[in-house]
Amino acid sequence: MTALLLSIDLSKDFLLQNLVNAISLGSLYALIALGMALIFGIMRLVNFAHGDLLMVGGYALVLLAGPPWPVLLLATLAICALFALGMERIAFRPVRNASASTLLVTSFAVSYFLENGAQLIFSPLPKTTNISNTLIQSWQVGAIYIAKLNALTVALTLVLLALLGLFLGRTTIGVQMRAAAEDFGMARLLGVRANTVIAMSFAIGGLLAGVASFLLVAQTGAVFPTMGLAPVLVGFVAIVLGGMGSLQGAVVGGFLLGLISVTLQAYLPLTLRSYRDAFTYGIVLLVILLRPQGLIVARRERQRV
Amino acid sequence: MLRLENLTVNYGPVAAVKGITLNVEEGEVVGVVGPNGAGKSTTLHAITGVVPPSGGEIVFEGASIVGELPERLVRRGIALVPEGRRIFGTLTVGENLQLGTTGRANKTTVDDDLERIFRRFPILKTYIKTPAGRLSGGEQQQLAIARALISRPRLILLDEPSLGLAPFMIDLVFETLNELKAEGRTILLVEQAASRTVAFADRSYVLNTGRIVLSGSRDELAGKADFAKAYLGGVIA
Repeated sequence: MTALLLSIDLSKDFLLQNLVNAISLGSLYALIALGMALIFGIMRLVNFAHGDLLMVGGYALVLLAGPPWPVLLLATLAICALFALGMERIAFRPVRNASASTLLVTSFAVSYFLENGAQLIFSPLPKTTNISNTLIQSWQVGAIYIAKLNALTVALTLVLLALLGLFLGRTTIGVQMRAAAEDFGMARLLGVRANTVIAMSFAIGGLLAGVASFLLVAQTGAVFPTMGLAPVLVGFVAIVLGGMGSLQGAVVGGFLLGLISVTLQAYLPLTLRSYRDAFTYGIVLLVILLRPQGLIVARRERQRV
Repeated sequence: MLRLENLTVNYGPVAAVKGITLNVEEGEVVGVVGPNGAGKSTTLHAITGVVPPSGGEIVFEGASIVGELPERLVRRGIALVPEGRRIFGTLTVGENLQLGTTGRANKTTVDDDLERIFRRFPILKTYIKTPAGRLSGGEQQQLAIARALISRPRLILLDEPSLGLAPFMIDLVFETLNELKAEGRTILLVEQAASRTVAFADRSYVLNTGRIVLSGSRDELAGKADFAKAYLGGVIA
């Protein structure tokens, strides 16, 4: 037992360091989950091809390698948004009025198509790219290291959350999107164009995936055809955890998953550490058992007498 | 203005509406009454494009609107006050009203129209920044009517506006409807509260199991009350 516990560092610095890491990882998860929640809210579609947008962004970064990172970031954003729009137009629009399971299967089909396409074009082997040398440097604060990339991750996430909040709250199309998420049929009867709000939700989801893709590749440096699988699963779990259809819930779910994952990585005894994901999802299951509706309940089509 | 010709609607193998022919002239208030399951709401759903008709024709201002997208109908001048009100509970009262203007071609006069609506429903002005879900049922019904009016419709469809409301709220709803009628608006009102509807509308149709079993002006139907009572088990009482 003592030997088991000796591998755990209980110092305050170690705790703070892990908190920094957790916020950074949680930001990344929140970006992915938010994009998926936005589309789910309006279309009732869990888009499992969302993760493949990260892969598309990854290959874009490999192919474009060279310019300074802000240029790369903007290019990735644009390409991911375009692919998301294309996905909606080509794959999802024709089956929009079909059952939820048809939509789900369609999203798997899109995912397989993109992954196999990437395998054909780029081979299944990982490609590596170095986005920026500056971003991997760290600031040292006391005994804690804050990677510039982690700071950028958190800053970008906060800015994007604020911008999205303004967009949904203040613009006409934003109000239309919120209305459509609550009662799509009624929104249409008031004149809200289905094509516009759905395309907009995919475009924004694509932008968020683009940012996530950039941050992920900047961190790991590796790009491969199935790199979107793990993130999409995390995104899905985050929106279930947060409460399906709730945007705030998706963000909270993303941050929570990041926190749980980093905490377990840091504080699980060494021998158990390889089972980290099993523990993570065990905790998630527990939360869902206790609160099946998710942490934040999305209100829709609610009426009072 | 609106004409249904031999309209039939099926839900799978079940025929919910079996050949309804009715018309609404400009400036007229027309009621559709009948017991639960008579096909009243289905008829409205067919008009608003929520369910496709399996036969017959729906003509608005001389053009067929069968197969029209829901978001196009409001641009043609049809507004719906739906069953259950269906206001957006997480959005503010102001945002709900803003959504009502989505289909308007002319947005320059929105503020004037809003002023007029706030004079009619002062409570909505008070709660303009409040999430609409916090309003009472009666206030939500006012919002649903206001949201339809702000689109400047030429035809207003109302689906069971009194359903689920307290009696004094029902009075208030019919008071509003009377005002709209006095303004000369064209209204198609679908209601289970048959006697009130028949007394309010210029003409009414009585539906039962998907068919029109009785129709006529207010006075004509008043004279047939006994027949209706026997036929519909007291729907018109």
